[in-house]
Amino acid sequence: MKREVVVTGIGAVSPLGVGANTLYERWRDGSSGIENGEGAATEFDPTDHLSVKEARRSDRFVQFAMVAGDEALAQAGWDRDELPYDSTSIGCVYGTGIGGIGTLERGKELLIEHGEKKVPPLSVPLMMSNAAAGMLAMRYGLHGDSFGTVSACAASLHAIAQATRMIQYGDADAVITGGAEAALTPLSKAAFARLEAVSPRGISQPFDARRDGFVMGEGGAVLVLEDAEKAAERGATPLAKILGFGATSDAHHLTAPHPEGTGAAGAIRKALRDSGIEPGQVAYVNAHGTSTPLNDRAETKAIKDALGDRAMQIPVSSTKSAIGHLLGAAGAVETTATILALRERIAPPTLNWEEREEGMDLDYVPGKSKPLEINGGPAIALTNAFGFGGHNVVVCLEAL
Amino acid sequence: MPATITSDAVEKTILEALPQFGVEESEISRDSTFEDLDIDSLDLTELSQIIEEEYGVTIKGDDARKIKTVGDAIDLVVSKAG
Repeated sequence: MKREVVVTGIGAVSPLGVGANTLYERWRDGSSGIENGEGAATEFDPTDHLSVKEARRSDRFVQFAMVAGDEALAQAGWDRDELPYDSTSIGCVYGTGIGGIGTLERGKELLIEHGEKKVPPLSVPLMMSNAAAGMLAMRYGLHGDSFGTVSACAASLHAIAQATRMIQYGDADAVITGGAEAALTPLSKAAFARLEAVSPRGISQPFDARRDGFVMGEGGAVLVLEDAEKAAERGATPLAKILGFGATSDAHHLTAPHPEGTGAAGAIRKALRDSGIEPGQVAYVNAHGTSTPLNDRAETKAIKDALGDRAMQIPVSSTKSAIGHLLGAAGAVETTATILALRERIAPPTLNWEEREEGMDLDYVPGKSKPLEINGGPAIALTNAFGFGGHNVVVCLEAL
Repeated sequence: MPATITSDAVEKTILEALPQFGVEESEISRDSTFEDLDIDSLDLTELSQIIEEEYGVTIKGDDARKIKTVGDAIDLVVSKAG
């Protein structure tokens, strides 16, 4: 018998601002965090939240993680000096696509310009992809299992999935999870552009016929996951249940999704099976919806294939239309937004959607939020994340 | 050319460097311990880099483990340069 997992706290830093509610409310109301072709977290100033020492001991992606973490723990009602559970039963699983690439790039510049003696000694601990997992565990004094997940743009949804399993199977009573990315750096921007993955026009318009690539964004999110029974015993107010997840691999191409979306469809089916629900119970899909021609077409096919008739009855929207693609952080940031949307029974919009492409006929919630049609039943959503390398993860949530 | 190594010069370099690690300037004296200033081994590797650049001597390995106070660090750098 698997244990039930609830989300008791969420926090986020995104191109729409600092805070999970800020992210959700601004997206819901149709604001965009994208300016000049990128989704920079312009409202985030590390010195507002972190000491000099904390800020210089961390790459920007870890700074996002720490600030989102403080918000999430506060919402969960955790006293950081007196954790609600034995610290050895609290884990930390945290994803990133690239890790501290800004640190790497600065180190390389110093190496080239001034030689190896000028390379900062903190380069490795700042750039390593598990730095956020380690720093969060240290920050909150967590002594359970902690590690980073690395699966490109599926990384933070993988983190949430594994955190869920750890609690379901009793390996942890609580897990701090999520993901962060800070890759708006010269090398990474140039590399994604050369790969022709990003929109030359700088417009994020998922599922629209004119879409021509994603817009890069940065940010991070943290979710506090707890064993539902233990959370109830301590009087916590859960925000959502994580019903289950599904994950598959395309085994098809290093960057392109399978054109028929078979891997993604398989992940959706697995998520439904793991959660013990039928397609008819799904009320909303928070799509991966990157705004690349291939993803959005394949994802549409996958949703239709896995959900059948239900796919045509429910809203499917993309947070990336408002914040761009946060790469490894996307899954976690979008999951926090989805939780808040589900709790309000709202499907937030896909911004910039105007032109339908032949065969892409789902309800993408163009331009404006709409209420979810739930009729008093449970508010259940799927959130998708697919990564370069062919990694597909789908998490199934129920609002509480 | 490395700077001339006098106790005063090294003290000035270290006192100017420490605030970037988050130490309050007013808390720093020759007698303050790195532990009290919350300067750990990673900070010391960075401090060592600054000193090496300025004076051409390093505080690494056993040396770094021996020094407890700001004064210890200054003396070590001056003695190594001599």
